[in-house]
Amino acid sequence: MKKILTSTLAIVTVLAAFTSCNNSGNANGKSGALSSNVAEKVYVAPGEHDSHYAFISGGYSGNLTVYGLPSGRMFKEIPVFSQFATSGYGYSEETKPMLNTSHGFIPWGDSHHPDISQTKGEIDGRFIFINENNTPRIAKIDLKTFETTEIIEVPNSAGNHSSSFVTENTEYVVAGTRFSVPIPQRDMPIKDYKGNFQGALSFISVAPETGNMDIKFQVLMPGFNYDLSHPGRGKSHGWFFFTTYNTEEASTLLEVNASQNDKDFIAAVNWKKIEEYVNNGGGKMMPADYAHNVYDEHTHTATSTMKKEVRVVNPTDVPGAVYFLPTPKSPHGCDVDPSGEYIVGNGKLSANLTVHSFTKMLAAIENKKFDGEAYGIPILKFEDVLAGSVEQPGLGPLHTEFDGQGNAYTTFFISSEVVKWKLGTWEVIDRKPTYYSVGHLTIPGGNSGKPQGKYMFAMNKITKDRYLPTGPEMEHSAQLYDISGEKMELLLDFPTHGEPHYAAAMRADLIKERSQKIYNLEDNEHPYAAFNDADTKVVRKGNEVHIYMTTIRSHFSPDNIEGIKVGDKVYFHVTNLEQDFDVPHGFAVLGQNTSELLIMPGQTKTSIWEPTKVGVWPFYCTDFCSALHQEMQGYIRVSAANSSTPMKWSMGEDIE
Amino acid sequence: MLIAAILPLGLFLFPLWKITLEAPQYPTPLGMYIHINDFADVNPHDIKNINLMNHYVGMQYIPDAIPEFKIFPAGILITSFIGLLIAWKGNYKWFLGWFILMVVLSAAGMYDFYLWEHDYGHNLDPKAIMKFTNPDGTQMGFQPPLFGSRDILNFRAHSYPQIGALFLGLGIAGGLVAYWIGKKSKKLIPS
Repeated sequence: MKKILTSTLAIVTVLAAFTSCNNSGNANGKSGALSSNVAEKVYVAPGEHDSHYAFISGGYSGNLTVYGLPSGRMFKEIPVFSQFATSGYGYSEETKPMLNTSHGFIPWGDSHHPDISQTKGEIDGRFIFINENNTPRIAKIDLKTFETTEIIEVPNSAGNHSSSFVTENTEYVVAGTRFSVPIPQRDMPIKDYKGNFQGALSFISVAPETGNMDIKFQVLMPGFNYDLSHPGRGKSHGWFFFTTYNTEEASTLLEVNASQNDKDFIAAVNWKKIEEYVNNGGGKMMPADYAHNVYDEHTHTATSTMKKEVRVVNPTDVPGAVYFLPTPKSPHGCDVDPSGEYIVGNGKLSANLTVHSFTKMLAAIENKKFDGEAYGIPILKFEDVLAGSVEQPGLGPLHTEFDGQGNAYTTFFISSEVVKWKLGTWEVIDRKPTYYSVGHLTIPGGNSGKPQGKYMFAMNKITKDRYLPTGPEMEHSAQLYDISGEKMELLLDFPTHGEPHYAAAMRADLIKERSQKIYNLEDNEHPYAAFNDADTKVVRKGNEVHIYMTTIRSHFSPDNIEGIKVGDKVYFHVTNLEQDFDVPHGFAVLGQNTSELLIMPGQTKTSIWEPTKVGVWPFYCTDFCSALHQEMQGYIRVSAANSSTPMKWSMGEDIE
Repeated sequence: MLIAAILPLGLFLFPLWKITLEAPQYPTPLGMYIHINDFADVNPHDIKNINLMNHYVGMQYIPDAIPEFKIFPAGILITSFIGLLIAWKGNYKWFLGWFILMVVLSAAGMYDFYLWEHDYGHNLDPKAIMKFTNPDGTQMGFQPPLFGSRDILNFRAHSYPQIGALFLGLGIAGGLVAYWIGKKSKKLIPS
């Protein structure tokens, strides 16, 4: 009995020791934040600015959200692939073309992996790119205006997931396909997948000055799933690495059938070599159908152009362009360290984390040490390219980021933690739990040669009890860690919008300085803009009525309009004449079958109204613009279709 | 004296005066430079935004041009020319005369500026959106200070001379110094 008591006591003591270890931050039993000054580390005093921007993908919201670090405060939701009733994006006549595709207008998208443009391997903060997974597209957001300015559809792709990562001088933004499909698309039995489906890896060139995107070429790869990718950098600049799964080429019950091979591949693509091949006329133009949508910040209008062909390259036609690196168990994240030497394959079903060596890869290629081939693409020997592996670091590795100090940080979905380990020695230095089931993580400057360290945040897939409950559906949760010390320190929980996949973050200074305050009226080239009261008018063309309207504190001009008839298609072209920072005006009219407009200073936006009822209908400013905002209203008179009410408009006097 | 006569020409390069309006919702204050021949924004669109603010209380728009923009430059050019002329030909006693002329003209200029400011701040649109009265029942004026700082409703207005005024001031002072040096050297070197 005494023995039992003693051993029980021993166990309790050991357990207590573990418990106190886990709560080492909770000295004196106080809550963690107070005892270790964590609160101070995330406190940004009222009116002060955060030190970093974080651009967090909205996932199924289709958008991109802008946060500040370390406070975790959300500043803006940038509409990208989804209609956004708040501003009228995708509803206004000017922005509807942004959501045009070869499948017609699509109101929704699934945004995934934002990546900031780079110069010489360093984040330059000019543009941010993000991919749409469902109907493959890549968008570019101008970080001067924080507006989506270009969207290009990616043909021959399906499940645009291994995207949108940029090379070290933003030569390309790369978009790989998660699902392989028949190329070109055709009517064929699904069971004939194997050997017939293909996966397209698209290299979209980015013009150095304007940032204009154009698909330079697509590499048509074997029919695997291309899951994630990252560019080589430094010594490996010119290469691009893609993880693959389903090398089994299964088309049904993938959770089992795509998990059979002991190793899948990381595809190493020498894009410089293919670029040279293409520049010399290599590859072939193939009929295709894809939309290219460009927003012009002078006309404040987007145009959508349908492109009819795309250049495709068969990788076996370019010797030495593509190799396969065997990587255990359906790798998910494919991450390249800041030096460009190490390529981490996060084998999501593997117990270990596999790291390949770029130098070893080149040597193996040089010595032609191949382990067979797949569809004509040489497979390198696993042992020949392996730099090392992190043994038993956790369960379900997904993604790895780097701090630029020789450390790597990997998320583990199943064991719900972030593990810090050392490049080269592969030893685990620290591990911290996440709440819960972490997906991606981000370190500012993550995908670049110069990570900016200091912070890391983990984006979790499951929220459960982290916040006050909000019914079955909850926002996801992110956790911010201080990584400036040897051990990671959890600083903050903050909710995120939609379902964040990846995020890009960077020091605030570069972006902050360039952020635009207003649009200059002198630069407004919108065909229906009005610049003063004399320009305002109402013009009828058949049953189309164009109203050239202005807003300035605190009135619309005109604000009394007559002569509209039931069945007319009324275009309100509203120009905001303000030239002061943060003085938008809104526009809404009763019975409008679309969203409001939110018009920034100097901008023109258009809303269509198709009145169905006779009457006198009010319109008003939806943005509390000034002390006389409530007075900012007007009336539009709608007469019967066969009436002869004359067309009249005025402001400041009664209509005669 | 030569330097004294040239210095006021700096007014063509630099602003004479600056009026600044501060309010919490204008973290970057609104501001207007007054040049010898122009009103100018301190930051782009400031004058437009000052006008927009002021229309609520019925103040007139700041005009694009006022007659003074023609008269003042001419005055400066003429007085500088006279200064140069007397620096070249004149007796030191003339320097004193030029100094007095400049002081009188500058004072007249300031008085003119005051009159304009007074009109700008008091000649309000009778249909003004917001009408304010002083405690004694008279109409509240919104005249910016001639020199110094003052609270006007939610704004704090500042009115201070700029580098151009410094050039003018130094020029005028230079005239007096030249007179004084001339007088001294006259005494030292008996003719």
